[in-house]
Amino acid sequence: MSKVTYIQYDGVERVVDVPNGVSVMRGAVDNGVSGIDGDCGGECACATCHVYVDDAWLAKTGARTEMEQSMLEFADATKENSRLGCQIKMTEDLSGLVVRLPAGQH
Amino acid sequence: MNIHIDAAELNAAREQANSMPLDKIDVSDPSLYANDTLWPYFERLRREDPVHFAENERFGKFWSVTKFRDIMSVDTNHQVFSSEAGGISIAERPAEFTLPMFIAMDPPKHTPQRLTASPIVAPANLARLEGLIRTRVAEIFDKLPVGETFNWVDRVSIELTTQMLATLFDFPFEERRKLTYWSDIATTFPEPGAMVETFEDKKAILLDCLQNFTKLWNERVNAPPAPDLISMLAHSPATRNMPPFEYLGNLMLLIVGGNDTTRNSLSGGVLFMNQNRGEWQKLRDNPALTPSAVSEIIRYQTPLAHMRRTALADATVDGKQIKKGDKVVMWYISGNRDDEEIERPNEFIVDRKNPRHHIAFGFGIHRCVGNRLAELQLKIVWEEILKRRMDIEVVGKVERVLSNFVHGYTSLPVRVTPNAY
Ligand code: HEM
Ligand code: FES
Repeated sequence: MSKVTYIQYDGVERVVDVPNGVSVMRGAVDNGVSGIDGDCGGECACATCHVYVDDAWLAKTGARTEMEQSMLEFADATKENSRLGCQIKMTEDLSGLVVRLPAGQH
Repeated sequence: MNIHIDAAELNAAREQANSMPLDKIDVSDPSLYANDTLWPYFERLRREDPVHFAENERFGKFWSVTKFRDIMSVDTNHQVFSSEAGGISIAERPAEFTLPMFIAMDPPKHTPQRLTASPIVAPANLARLEGLIRTRVAEIFDKLPVGETFNWVDRVSIELTTQMLATLFDFPFEERRKLTYWSDIATTFPEPGAMVETFEDKKAILLDCLQNFTKLWNERVNAPPAPDLISMLAHSPATRNMPPFEYLGNLMLLIVGGNDTTRNSLSGGVLFMNQNRGEWQKLRDNPALTPSAVSEIIRYQTPLAHMRRTALADATVDGKQIKKGDKVVMWYISGNRDDEEIERPNEFIVDRKNPRHHIAFGFGIHRCVGNRLAELQLKIVWEEILKRRMDIEVVGKVERVLSNFVHGYTSLPVRVTPNAY
């Protein structure tokens, strides 16, 4: 288990224990965090799991994949620290991760 | 009520679907969609031949991809499965006259064009539109005849989607039905008996359409920027110098994309609530289920039955060898009934565990850009129905579109009763 802090668009913070190997998207959906839909189920094919990674964690979460890059190009309000939550799998190293959720995801 | 009258026809179709030689199954036959007997044919394909080859006179040779996962793997492999090489529908594009639209482009062309269209349907703009949409829905509902039979398709579904388009473009409101007309013309293949019979006629109508929009462009370009699509295109550095036909193509794509699809989801929802009174009751008892019911309506309807790709290289899909140049049809309508991906897929359930997990909007880089707008419109409509405690009873024969692409209705006779519960 590793801790993830989701900061919802309305400012509400949710701290959730996510099993290692499970994605940041799945951790939110399974725990009713609002602001991540995950329509495609984690296949990098819908961009409804858009998150902003806190700067302090950017290096640790790694780089976008090629498909992720093409999907993010079309997401609304993409920034440098944008990632798709389904493409970040939790590890010990990421325990404490902080992500912010964009407007416009449910 | 005769909404179940098709049961005998469906049973006959099931018998035929299960007894005919597998290689004779052809899910492209438009009559299967008009009489709603497509289901058993897709059931058999998903079970016995999920990536299926067929050939006929009208559409030539094509592969049918019928399972959710396989469709997703084609949809997300845009490097191999092109939208540009042969277009996005099973019917071949007429070489004579085709408007450039980004739905039928591959990267790199697709990318900047999609980016210009997306702000119009981005959350900030939708929030701005919500109040206006609600007002217009309310006006339509408040004028519905009570205790009289009328066609929901024309009176509500078409009217509402047309008003939405007029709003998005800030198009002269009184002339709004022109938008629906142009959309229908743009998607009609000219042939005798069709809405438009020759390519010349089609081109002339679309040129008239272009003139209308050019006039609006000229007005907007000289006015301060406004949040309607035409003003956005006229003021954005990326699109200011767009060639006329590309401008028209972009407008048409938004009109076409948002027209039949939303229209038929609006009609489908009413039909499904009638066929499943228990689910209708659930929603009445708990209006908080509306967003989930909306996703379920879209899945259950699947307003676009398929999208087509063309293979740019040899590839394997679920064990089948696809050759470079082959036509590959992704049947979303079948993927949305795949029981390996969706539990009890043939049932309409307004409180599913995971209602957004459906394939009606496609997946990958062409995934529907207007999906939030579509969901918003449907959500407002059902909220306003519930607010008025309105019952909508289907009281006559349901008629469906003769098409394997646009999956929808031409007639849905209903009677409405406000304050019914
Ligand atoms: C329930 C309603 C709707 C459904 C089921 C639907 C379905 C789809 C599907 C399946 C695609 C994917 C095309 C592909 O993969 O080749 C698509 C793309 C598209 N849709 Fe929708 N749509 C709906 C509503 C709308 C609305 C309201 C708009 C307009 C604002 C719209 C505009 C578009 C556009 C512009 C594309 C092209 C995207 C691209 O190629 O990048 N759609 N839609
Ligand atoms: S869940 Fe669809 S892209 Fe992440």
